[in-house]
Amino acid sequence: MTAILFWFFALLMLGFACAVVFNRNPVASALSLVVSFMGLAALYVMLDAYFIGCIQVLVYAGAVMVLFLFIIMLLDLKVEVRRKIKTVTVVGGALVVIAFVAELAGVIAKVPGGDRPFPAIVAPLDDVRNVGTQLFSGYNLPFQVVGVLLLVATVGVVVLSKRELK
Amino acid sequence: MEITLNDCLLVSGLLFAIGLGGVLLRRNIIVIFMCLELMLNAANLSLVAFSRFQVRDGLPNYNGQMMVFFIITVAAAEVAVGLAVIVALYRARQTTHVEDITSLKF
Repeated sequence: MTAILFWFFALLMLGFACAVVFNRNPVASALSLVVSFMGLAALYVMLDAYFIGCIQVLVYAGAVMVLFLFIIMLLDLKVEVRRKIKTVTVVGGALVVIAFVAELAGVIAKVPGGDRPFPAIVAPLDDVRNVGTQLFSGYNLPFQVVGVLLLVATVGVVVLSKRELK
Repeated sequence: MEITLNDCLLVSGLLFAIGLGGVLLRRNIIVIFMCLELMLNAANLSLVAFSRFQVRDGLPNYNGQMMVFFIITVAAAEVAVGLAVIVALYRARQTTHVEDITSLKF
């Protein structure tokens, strides 16, 4: 049952990721990306990472994608006109992607224990509590640095969106 | 049939490949940015899978999940700044098509 659900959500996610690339309309691309992120959140939950699944839905499918849609509508982007696609670009892009997938298949084949099911979780899984404990003990300094980073990003965005840069 | 680490890595790699293909093939800068997000998420999926794979004391290894937490935070900041840059670019050039922006082209 788990395996069926896993492959269902994985295929849903990959299918809508393809839709992001192949849709000509940016709004349709953005909405496909939302579905793709929701599928990914389901995969996280299936891998017992409940907290990560939650923030995937809240931050990515919620905040980030609303920002994308907002900008697309603000700039009033139309459906992309068909331009001549250079054969070199398509062949080059396809070659890079195929080479990457082949390389990856080689690496995956060598992961020790990669073909066995995941080991069972025996301890009670208080996911959010465990993440919080880690965050405020071992990862306290990076956590504060990330806070400063968000502040810098906020100030940067305000400066960038001024009418004239001085 | 149970899911294995290889299945997760395969899905993550395919997602990364789709994102990479999108970055190489698309010409709209906003869609390129969305494909970058896809690639970041592919890396996150593999990190969560490795975290679930390394069970210690009956619990997943939370170091991987902390990494994902920080990646999501930094990606949110990156999207905010990147979209501000795109809006500034659109104001200056009235286009989001990467082939129309050639000032730095040799």
